[in-house]
Amino acid sequence: MADKPRVAFFDFACCEGCQLTVLSIGAPLVTLLQHIDVVTWREAISEKSDEFDIAVVEGSITRDSDVPRLKKIREKAKVVVALGACATLGGVQGQSNLFQRDELRTLVYGDAFTKAGGADSGDNWIFEAGEVRPISAEIPVDIEIHGCPINADEFVTVMEHVLVGRPYRQPNESVCSECKLNQYECVYDRGQMCLGPVTRCGCNAICTSKGHRCFGCRGMMDEVNLNAARDVLQEHGLKLDDILGMFRIYSLRAEPEKKMAEAEEQLRKAEPWRFGSTTSLA
Amino acid sequence: MEIRVDHVTRVEGHGNILASLEDGRLKQAFFQVVEANRFFEGFLRGRDWEEVSHLATRICGICAVSHCYASLQATEAAMGIKVSEQTKLLRRLTMNAEQISSHALHAYFLAAPDYLRLQSVLPLVKDSPETVLRAFRLKKTGYDLGEVVLGRHTHPVAAIPGGFTLMPKLSEIEVMRERLVGLRPDLEATLELFLKLEAPAFERETEYVSLRHPDHYAWLGGEIVSSDGASVAAENYRDALQEYVVTHSTAKHAKWNRDAYRVGALSRMNNNWQQLRPEAQEVMKALGLKPPVHNPFLNTAAQVVELVHCVEDSISACAQILNEGLQEEELEITPRPGQGVGVVEAPRGLLVHDYTYDERGRLTKANCIIPTGMNYGNLDREMQALLPQVADQPKEEVQRLLEMLVRAYDPCISCSVH
Repeated sequence: MADKPRVAFFDFACCEGCQLTVLSIGAPLVTLLQHIDVVTWREAISEKSDEFDIAVVEGSITRDSDVPRLKKIREKAKVVVALGACATLGGVQGQSNLFQRDELRTLVYGDAFTKAGGADSGDNWIFEAGEVRPISAEIPVDIEIHGCPINADEFVTVMEHVLVGRPYRQPNESVCSECKLNQYECVYDRGQMCLGPVTRCGCNAICTSKGHRCFGCRGMMDEVNLNAARDVLQEHGLKLDDILGMFRIYSLRAEPEKKMAEAEEQLRKAEPWRFGSTTSLA
Repeated sequence: MEIRVDHVTRVEGHGNILASLEDGRLKQAFFQVVEANRFFEGFLRGRDWEEVSHLATRICGICAVSHCYASLQATEAAMGIKVSEQTKLLRRLTMNAEQISSHALHAYFLAAPDYLRLQSVLPLVKDSPETVLRAFRLKKTGYDLGEVVLGRHTHPVAAIPGGFTLMPKLSEIEVMRERLVGLRPDLEATLELFLKLEAPAFERETEYVSLRHPDHYAWLGGEIVSSDGASVAAENYRDALQEYVVTHSTAKHAKWNRDAYRVGALSRMNNNWQQLRPEAQEVMKALGLKPPVHNPFLNTAAQVVELVHCVEDSISACAQILNEGLQEEELEITPRPGQGVGVVEAPRGLLVHDYTYDERGRLTKANCIIPTGMNYGNLDREMQALLPQVADQPKEEVQRLLEMLVRAYDPCISCSVH
């Protein structure tokens, strides 16, 4: 990589809140700019270049016609960073996958779509819509920065790692661990449900710190600590199933039920004594 | 002359300029919106009333606070939830915060480089670091003010139906009050900068639409008014704001009394300037703005006026909070079926959310009308009016002016498509 790596920002279907979070870092961003060359960033600058080392990509893929642009970015970049929940998981709009695409298009565009006879290309390009997916569904991704939106500190940390050529290991504890470190009152003790026990940390438990619950925007941890999660839930008379539905907000495509079932199966094999004869975790 | 700009830079979202002149006469000119639809109105259906604002705020990364409050107000109107004066004050404060953050971003980072004939603020990092740091200070102070009250500016955490999950600490409000007071020299320097930036000479009278509130410069609630004289109550927004589909935009356009209207800082200033803080009215005069202002490029100048208004109003709001203190509120809400409308003035203009809930408190119907969507029709017509007037200029200059015009609207494109 060149002395000063060339960085380019791109985005697909999203709210651009993660790029805005980067812009809101303030003075440290000015420092970071001394160590990188931002060569393309449509939202912030007019300079443009097709040559770059690091591509930071926000947003989900929802239209097949957007895929070639994403693939071209991958071809050009040495490192692709997926920025935020839309890019890493599909984002909140992933829930639109639960509905019939034509029904959604009729809802929004009404007669104009009906008159087009369901066509969504050529003159009717405005109606194109497909399955919502994270960018990893289309291209290999080197680093994922989770969150809706991202945590600005994590962005700076990731850039530092890339700049010195160190592999970045994303946080892989539960949000509960950050709640405990900060000594926040458990959301369950407040009588509410929370996705903290199974959600990847790295946000410093920002939502629970402000008296809300975890909505799971950073996705499920790689290896969910089922026992810990079960303990928290059992204490409050709940089962894992009760919270998995909430996971649909961000992780519809990640199939949390399937992931949990697989984790349970592995645990059942490794530590059968935990299960007794009839108990089920999920 | 053929002009095509794919993915206009220094705007939020993806849009193209397509314009052509034949023998100095207009052939076509429009802003093509190519952003993907995320179908928020579709997937909000079925969601629980407590989750809706969490999702709706994610329509937009810049005006997340506005979407949050439009959403909460719609839910509150649907369920007959009343909020306290304290909640209204904190909401007003954080609406100010969003305008400060958003206007600073637009005026300095997105719009100003055009006037300085720069590609971006990046050259200024080296040549005039104080200007860039000032821009960041303004933006970050708005952002941090939102964070103190809401837990996070993009996307808010603490705002929920009926009020807030937790009150901010008074010590944090005091810190923010001091930082806001500390912005006054930055506002003076901003005025000096914008006095030097001359907007292109171009005028086009149009219909200016905004909220109007009897008591103050309207951000939250009030009636929807037009400079053509008409007004409607928020719940009757459908009588005024008529959306329609065009073949060159994934976002819908809108009209009211004419074939297009304009929303945003310029419309608010034109309609409600008498309710601006005296300090902001002074800046308005200093910038030579005499409402009604018909030069579309001066929307950015109107944002500078609102910056001053919002900083001063926030200082007052912080002082009031420090004086009265903050009480945690018990929010006990029983969801009930109904329909309700929430209206706010987002940084880019009037924003409407309209929800219907069933007896379990699940959302059954949602309609969101976004300021940038409302502006597209007016932008197209303005491009068509501007183009023949500048036909004798070199192509690069014409393109620069068209891009400047798009940016003067401060479009929030992904938000407009949602």
